[in-house]
Amino acid sequence: MTATAHAGARIMPGSAAIAEAMIAAGCRFFAGYPMTPFTEVLETMAARLPDVGGVCVNAESELEAVGMAWGAAATGTPAATGSTGQGLSLMQESLAEIVYSRLPLVVLNMARAQGDYFQATRGGGHGDYRHLVLAPCGVPEAAELTQLAFHLAEKWRAPVLVMGDYYLAHTHQSVSVTPLDFGPLPPRDWALDGSTGGTGAAKLVSPLSDAKQRHAAGRADAGYDLAEFYHRHVAAMERMVTDEPPRHEAGFTDDAELVVIAYGTPGGYVRQAVRELRAEGRRIGWLRPITLVPFPSDVVAEAARRAGSVAVYENNQGQMLDDVRLAVLGSADVRFIGGLSLDPSGFGIAPDLDVALLKRRIADLHDAVTGRRRGPEPEPPHREHPRSRP
Amino acid sequence: MTPPEPEHRTRLPVFVDTDAPPDAPARLLHDFTPALIDVGAHHLCPGCGEPIAMRSMVEQVDELGEVSRAIAVFGIGCYTAYSNNLDIEVLQALHGRAPSLATGVKRCRPDTLVFTVQGDGDMVNEGLQEVLHTAARGENVTCFMLNNGVFGETGGHMTAATVLGQRTKNTLEGRDAARHGHPIRLAELVAALDGAAYVARGAVNNAVNITRTNRMIKDAFRTQREGLGFSFVEILTMCPTGWFVDTVDAPGYLDSALAATHRPGVLKDARKGLEFRTPAPKGSTT
Ligand SMILES: Cc1ncc(C[n+]2csc(CCOP(=O)(O)OP(=O)(O)O)c2C)c(N)n1
Ligand code: SF4
Ligand SMILES: [Mg+2]
Repeated sequence: MTATAHAGARIMPGSAAIAEAMIAAGCRFFAGYPMTPFTEVLETMAARLPDVGGVCVNAESELEAVGMAWGAAATGTPAATGSTGQGLSLMQESLAEIVYSRLPLVVLNMARAQGDYFQATRGGGHGDYRHLVLAPCGVPEAAELTQLAFHLAEKWRAPVLVMGDYYLAHTHQSVSVTPLDFGPLPPRDWALDGSTGGTGAAKLVSPLSDAKQRHAAGRADAGYDLAEFYHRHVAAMERMVTDEPPRHEAGFTDDAELVVIAYGTPGGYVRQAVRELRAEGRRIGWLRPITLVPFPSDVVAEAARRAGSVAVYENNQGQMLDDVRLAVLGSADVRFIGGLSLDPSGFGIAPDLDVALLKRRIADLHDAVTGRRRGPEPEPPHREHPRSRP
Repeated sequence: MTPPEPEHRTRLPVFVDTDAPPDAPARLLHDFTPALIDVGAHHLCPGCGEPIAMRSMVEQVDELGEVSRAIAVFGIGCYTAYSNNLDIEVLQALHGRAPSLATGVKRCRPDTLVFTVQGDGDMVNEGLQEVLHTAARGENVTCFMLNNGVFGETGGHMTAATVLGQRTKNTLEGRDAARHGHPIRLAELVAALDGAAYVARGAVNNAVNITRTNRMIKDAFRTQREGLGFSFVEILTMCPTGWFVDTVDAPGYLDSALAATHRPGVLKDARKGLEFRTPAPKGSTT
């Protein structure tokens, strides 16, 4: 089921692979507003969607983009939108209401660093809601998870957020994007096409419930009961986060004395750093959550229990850190070894995303938790970023 | 001595003669309800113009034979009471955002008749850019704005369409240009955009205006059906509650206050080759 490098593979940047994956997954409506590195996804969709009979609208702002995608989704058309950090902030009011309206939608946050973990997993919008969040590492996995996002969105009738990042968008890798089959989906019997008008049971898609007021007048079969709607809705959301299996990838956790946890592109850097430290004889493991909602709490707890010590690396001030602590619930020592997502480019792209530097930080912590002599002092976290873009 | 009755009370018509038993059985509210509006208490105030406008919209959908192709996208205001009350498919939007949702619907289902139901607060305040961009894009949808010059739903507060001198809860002495700025005439703004094919402003304060408004709504739908571009009808509606006037005085207040700034008329009609023009003031011969 994995879209890996083999027959039909092409070398493309993550942004193009994500766009191709959306089309392979059946996405036929896309709307967006340029912002690096989301821009490249939008460019590819604008060029490619018309070829397959789809529509890509250059929205006048992120507010319009998410609104258009909402309308498209309500017709049962597989739809997506997205942006980068700030643009996602603008969309939050709508995202919350789309969850309440029970509509499938795929939303990309082609973030720069990882400052949007809270926004993605807690929801920056109003009210009491949850949606699934997928965080790929590497272009082939991004292509697979983007397709999975469309499947999950329909399966649960809810938005699914895909967290990208600057490196994912711009890294070129060999990938073949072919449609993946994740199994059958429920019928789209909720979708609007106008045809139920005049039947006495015209469809309603609303965050305020799908019940008609006439039910209150005692003239129809079902009762008009807002509380009933909200309970039904909350139960569906709860099922989504408890029944949908969390995904993760891990290595060397069986006998590790320290487990390092990271997600997205930094997860790949941590994996490499830990592999090299293993080769040097250090008993360290790594774990990469792939679904941020639902969070792989059980495997994190188990790995932490075995190792006794956990390090969390993120390109922010420590956000996923909270979820790790919640999973571990005090049963292991949890340290943050990440860095602020600030760099001289002004793009907020991880200044300390560097395998050699990560190795030193992890080795130091490993020494500390195993009572060994401290290694050399870590380098200051800020270094010149070689590239700067307008 | 009791003070004399105010004039409007003495000229109230006699609806039900209670001196003798009725010669026909009393009729219920839903006997008067148009077919496409479900029976159910809508809780709007007596004398509100929005139910009249809503009725006009759904009746034109019906008369054009578009009931099983229509999708209404609702904004947030008092009219939202109808979003779960229609026998037409409905998509409920956020405050201000209906035109973008309508765009998404129409692009994916070009065969449907898509229209938004919004208020002046929803469309001119919260979502001004939405309607302007949708119009400029020439999107093949119809937007309706129920303009009562207030946020009715929040209890009668100033909107960007409130006319000068109008008293609202946050312009107690009347809207004063120096302190509160000038009202936006949205129909004129929309009509100036090249993507707008049909733009009109009607009112529902008397039978003549309702008939005219019905025609405007129908022409807007025809514009959409013929794929000519964006169509827009602003409908002036009474809001006695938010205007702090008696119910019977509201239709007159609409004429003297709202319609003096927001002048009714057809501003643009691509089907009839009518280029953008501002409606003449009332009583003018041009
Ligand atoms: C983002 C947001 N801000 C404020 C509100 C509160 N609100 C609800 S209805 C409304 C005003 C509606 O005014 P209008 O569209 O003119 O409709 P009317 O009630 O006058 O019919 C406001 C401000 C809201 N629902 N959402
Ligand atoms: S407040 Fe105004 S707009 Fe709202 S229902 Fe009452 S009269 Fe109508
Ligand atoms: Mg209003």
